[in-house]
Amino acid sequence: MKIVVCVKQVPDTAAKVVVENGQVTWGDAPLVINPWDEYAVETALLQEEEHGGEVTVISVGGEDAKEALKHALAMGCGNAILVSDPSLKNADSLVTSQVLAAAIQKIGDVDVVFFGKQAIDGDVGVTAAQTARVLGWPSLTLVSEITELDPGSKTISVERSVEEGRQVVSGQLPAVVSVVKDIGEPRYPSFMGIRKASRAEIPMWSIAEVGVEVSEPVVEWPDLFNPPKQEVVTEIVSGGSPQETAETLAEKIIEEKVL
Amino acid sequence: MDFTLTDEHRMVQYMVREFAQREVAPIIKEYDRKQDMAPFILPRMAELGILGISLPVRYGGQGMDYIALGLACEELEAVDSTLRVIMSVHFGLNSMALLQWGTEAQKEKFLAPQARGEKIACLGLTESGAGSDVAAIASTAKKDGEKYILNGEKMWISLATKGDHALIVARTNPDAPDPHDGLSAFILEMDRDGVTTGDIHGKLGVRAGSTGWIAFQDVEIPLENRLGEEGEGFKIAMSCLDNGRYTVAAGATGLIRASMEASIKYAHERQAFGREIGKFQLVQQKIAHMVQSYESARLLYLRAGWMKNEGMRNTRETSLAKWFATDASFEAASEAIQIHGAYGYSDEYEVERYLRNAKGGVIYEGTSEIHQLMQAGYALEYREDVPLRCELPAYDAESWQIEK
Ligand SMILES: Cc1cc2nc3c(=O)[nH]c(=O)nc-3n(C[C@H](O)[C@H](O)[C@H](O)COP(=O)(O)OP(=O)(O)OC[C@H]3O[C@@H](n4cnc5c(N)ncnc54)[C@H](O)[C@@H]3O)c2cc1C
Ligand SMILES: Cc1cc2nc3c(=O)[nH]c(=O)nc-3n(C[C@H](O)[C@H](O)[C@H](O)COP(=O)(O)OP(=O)(O)OC[C@H]3O[C@@H](n4cnc5c(N)ncnc54)[C@H](O)[C@@H]3O)c2cc1C
Repeated sequence: MKIVVCVKQVPDTAAKVVVENGQVTWGDAPLVINPWDEYAVETALLQEEEHGGEVTVISVGGEDAKEALKHALAMGCGNAILVSDPSLKNADSLVTSQVLAAAIQKIGDVDVVFFGKQAIDGDVGVTAAQTARVLGWPSLTLVSEITELDPGSKTISVERSVEEGRQVVSGQLPAVVSVVKDIGEPRYPSFMGIRKASRAEIPMWSIAEVGVEVSEPVVEWPDLFNPPKQEVVTEIVSGGSPQETAETLAEKIIEEKVL
Repeated sequence: MDFTLTDEHRMVQYMVREFAQREVAPIIKEYDRKQDMAPFILPRMAELGILGISLPVRYGGQGMDYIALGLACEELEAVDSTLRVIMSVHFGLNSMALLQWGTEAQKEKFLAPQARGEKIACLGLTESGAGSDVAAIASTAKKDGEKYILNGEKMWISLATKGDHALIVARTNPDAPDPHDGLSAFILEMDRDGVTTGDIHGKLGVRAGSTGWIAFQDVEIPLENRLGEEGEGFKIAMSCLDNGRYTVAAGATGLIRASMEASIKYAHERQAFGREIGKFQLVQQKIAHMVQSYESARLLYLRAGWMKNEGMRNTRETSLAKWFATDASFEAASEAIQIHGAYGYSDEYEVERYLRNAKGGVIYEGTSEIHQLMQAGYALEYREDVPLRCELPAYDAESWQIEK
């Protein structure tokens, strides 16, 4: 089975992301693999373990996105490809998905593509669906469990985590799947993987090599500003008995219209 | 001079940090209170390959360099000293000694299963009457044909009750004119007849770890279990310490970092006299000292690790790194408690555990006093390292990472 995982390099969750002179900056905080994408890598590796085949991890980004790719290699992915092009500097999710779709086509004979549910930097959360659309493949988003995947009959059944609960969906392969946390804790990189990843020469494809004409970005960021500072007031609720404390707390909650 | 860590180093650091933070940090207080080692720790560290991190792949190791070992120890002790103690004894004091002194057959038989974490290893040097003064060791190993008969008792032995293999230093020649020359080292399988062990409870720190005693009564060990030549026991013990101390230095650096991070966080959160306490210069001074200690300790251990990679003798540099980092970790933990005020004095916060754990580091693997004697000895040229018959192998990525 041929599996592709798409990963993005993002600022660390601990980084302080702020707007300075109209630009988003996180100082010199390290970049890491998008945490949601680690779940996608885990899912891909589990499927590979079950069905055989190989996992290729791809990223669209600058040179530093190689870090995310190396992380995925260290977790156990077989190959990595970086798609990088100066023209992609202001890519929105539509442009990214066109590039990813073209790269997936170029890899060829791919059965299933995994994404994390969203990237923690832009938090757009539609790249998976857009990629599916460009490829013309079924889009199974917010998947919490893969209940069945049969490369022979080219079918897949999943459970989706939606606001109302769990939704059982089946579709045909090839398909694009985005996963949520419930799919299972991502493994750590292994030493064997680390050895392999640190020696890996990651091929870099340009837009021309991928062979895609990308559209103009349709999403613009006309203005960026820091969220207003929140004033937090702490109040400790007490009472003579737990009963009394709870009652006072409940009253406060109702009063403040928290519930 | 290049101070950057390689991709390999950073990935190792990340991996070990994730393990320690995600799996151990949430349960460590519970086991520290219980004075017990969490049962999953050893098998999990084995499974992840941490127990064989910096050993050639052909001996079952992971083929990382000595810097990676240091970085791993820093990450482990940033969560709890007991995790790093495992690396000090299983890896630094025992497995590295087998790599350095072992015959090919001993490496196959003992080192490989240790590297894979199938066998846990420890070092039995200290006795009730012999701590800093290793030459005072009273345990005996009498040669009897094709075997030695071991008698005596080792005290304060980390992983005594968890170990499958112990490296034991005992007296083979009671008549040696210089008692240092009368010692030899042995690889002891702990399931041999006549070996008994027990844990010591009521320790100040490393309470989630295992420290105990090993007693031997007429224990027979075959000749092929002797590590090195007869009479080389003292030299081997000292070389073990060159490796163990490196892991202690790196670990104590992690402990400084943990104290520093906890202090910075608390200094931002805690308000007194109408502002966060980080705004007070006296609190800032404490934090500044922690930063200074952390960065200095880190440079010292990384230098020692680099020297190991290069195959350079590093007894002096490793001793310096160990002395500095452990003293500084005790100071940092104490000041971290101070910054936390009364809350730091309670086990609701982590910092009181840091202090209790830090105290061990200034005692084992050479007390701070012994390191001062060593440093002065080198400076005054009273002391000089003579080349060893077997030096620790330099790191070589090619040959270390080659599969068998
Ligand atoms: C938690 C823990 C784990 C340990 N794990 C192990 C282990 O795995 N294997 C093992 O073999 N041992 C282990 N030890 C023992 C440790 O190595 C010894 O405690 C240490 O070497 C000091 O020896 P001692 O306790 O006998 O103190 P002593 O040697 O009796 O020292 C007492 C005091 O006298 C000072 N002193 C001694 N000689 C001099 C001198 N010449 N000049 C100035 N001052 C001096 C010392 O610095 C110290 O302050 C462990 C100890 C602890 C606490
Ligand atoms: C065992 C124990 C018994 C106790 N018993 C009693 C008792 O019987 N009765 C009682 O009332 N209290 C008692 N206390 C409380 C004790 O008096 C307080 O812990 C102490 O006053 C410090 O206050 P704090 O813990 O809130 O720390 P904080 O005041 O929050 O101080 C935190 C840190 O900030 C520093 N800091 C604060 N202000 C400044 C400043 N302006 N400049 C520089 N540094 C500053 C402090 O020195 C400290 O390092 C006890 C505490 C303990 C640990």
